Amino acid sequence: MSTLLEVRNLKKHYPVRKGFFGKQVGAVKAVDGITLSVEQGETLAVVGESGCGKSTTGRAILRLIEPTEGEIMFGGTDVRSLNTEQLRRFRTDMQMVFQDPYASLDPRWTVQRILEEPLRTHGSVPSGELKSRVEQLMEVVGLSPYQAHRFPHEFSGGQRQRIGIARALALNPKFIVCDEPVSALDVSIQAQVLNLMQDLQEQYGLTYMFISHDLSVVKFISDRVAVMYLGRVVELAPTKELFAKPLHPYTQALMSAVPVPNPGQKKQRIVLTGDVPNPETPPTGCAFHPRCPYAMDRCKSEAPVLRALDTGHQVSCHLY
Amino acid sequence: MSTAAHSAHSSQGKPAKPQAAAKPRTLWSLLLRNRLAAIGLTFIFIWTVIAVIAPWIAPYDPYVTNMANKLQAPSASHWFGTDNFGRDILSRVLYGARISIWTGLIAVGISFVIGVPLGGIAAYYGGRTGTVIMRLMDILLSFPSLVLSMAIAASIGAGLTSAMIAVGIVGIPEFARLMFGQTVSLREKEYIEASRAIGVKNTVILYRHILPNALAPLMVQATLGMGFAILTASSLSFLGLGVKPPIAEWGAMISEGREYIISGQWWLVTFPGLSIATSILGFNLLGDGFRDVLDPRLRSGK
Repeated sequence: MSTLLEVRNLKKHYPVRKGFFGKQVGAVKAVDGITLSVEQGETLAVVGESGCGKSTTGRAILRLIEPTEGEIMFGGTDVRSLNTEQLRRFRTDMQMVFQDPYASLDPRWTVQRILEEPLRTHGSVPSGELKSRVEQLMEVVGLSPYQAHRFPHEFSGGQRQRIGIARALALNPKFIVCDEPVSALDVSIQAQVLNLMQDLQEQYGLTYMFISHDLSVVKFISDRVAVMYLGRVVELAPTKELFAKPLHPYTQALMSAVPVPNPGQKKQRIVLTGDVPNPETPPTGCAFHPRCPYAMDRCKSEAPVLRALDTGHQVSCHLY
Repeated sequence: MSTAAHSAHSSQGKPAKPQAAAKPRTLWSLLLRNRLAAIGLTFIFIWTVIAVIAPWIAPYDPYVTNMANKLQAPSASHWFGTDNFGRDILSRVLYGARISIWTGLIAVGISFVIGVPLGGIAAYYGGRTGTVIMRLMDILLSFPSLVLSMAIAASIGAGLTSAMIAVGIVGIPEFARLMFGQTVSLREKEYIEASRAIGVKNTVILYRHILPNALAPLMVQATLGMGFAILTASSLSFLGLGVKPPIAEWGAMISEGREYIISGQWWLVTFPGLSIATSILGFNLLGDGFRDVLDPRLRSGK
């Protein structure tokens, strides 16, 4: 396996301005120094609670949000150095599937037009073949081509998400950022869409970055998992390893919150105290120390770095 | 009745429904059920038909003077009487409809074609460009509209064309502001982000995604703007800054006839005045109706 995407020290800070002249008085550090790599053909899940910066990370990698700092290498291309036109053409390689299938399709466009848009934009298919390509795309995601002239509101949530996936596939991308693609769907539909995504990955050799807060979904679909807390990756490990032996105290708490479908099984839940700190004024040292049950003096002053332990297990904690 | 119940139900059941409301059929049927809007539509329809067929229905030539026949009170041969040059007022009023509706269309067209892109660009790109555009619009808005249009018309030189341009320019900020607000909210939608992720050019996104989704409130503004444009253009003509005297224009006719009010020849000003009133009333009623029909849907879509 070769590395498809390498992200180094990615940051996205939103300036906080005050006063008449808009003096910058601080910054919300939505993403604060993320380093990770995604291998060709794998699914890397990014998990974390609301507001930890996982969606911002995905969008910053695609430059839908302009990163403040950092390096993004995609298959040998420095994504951040691309100018507008180069980036536009580069987008054929990396696509996105969005969270809300009710908001991600233009309500005034038919499915036909929605799926034609990427093809027309990049002129990748001659106009005579547009119709057959759209039909093909619809079949690939399990929709019937006769539905092509319907509007998004005539479809169910699961069907709409299939349209969103078909749109992302239209340009034959190598890499797809999936921003909580199933969190807005019913559980039964979730499984269908996840299976579809897995089939497509096998069929087309896709690489996914799967952003989610649902650990059971992550366990099912991903090869490796990155756990984020307050704009940083605190732990990164192969899925099996992470679920079997979570190292970071935050990951442990997160894991203990997953419901187990067995009422007989005894379960110890780690309940965190306090709230997620304001990303505008993160705690000194380790951002997790005010809520960490194992916090030491060192954690208050010194920020831990993400270090590889063994078998590709990376963790950012002074305990290890 | 049954359709009303149906539409109320569907707007509750599916939050995604407002888009369907923009389909012409739904909108028209709702509009026609709104009594005031239907009245407004009737007025507009009548005046538009008159404007089109004026040369065939006018009993006299509106420009032929007949001094022997001047200042005749309304009668069987001259329904609306004659003016101080003996011209038939009914014919002049009918011909005036052409000018007024034409002026309204052109002026609103100017406002729309310039204002909408300005507002869209200001909101979509934001930053300094956006601020400069919108502050310029605020400056235009800070002048009383009639005073500003007088100043513009006077600087270009009196005439029908300059009146249209002046009224058009004065209407720009309203469209720019409306489009600005619409674009700011639409810009954050996921389907706009999806198009950006595909690599669609910003200009194409503005034209193909944002404009169609912002069109409903813009149509309300355009309808209300027609009334404003007709009134302002007539005011300019009344003040001598619009249409030049021989041409049959309602504002100019009132201006020419105003000295005769005191001497008892009321028909010189009354009929053009009523024409202005009914045409503007038509557009304003329709515009309000439009808004009533569209608003609840727009709110439920948020």
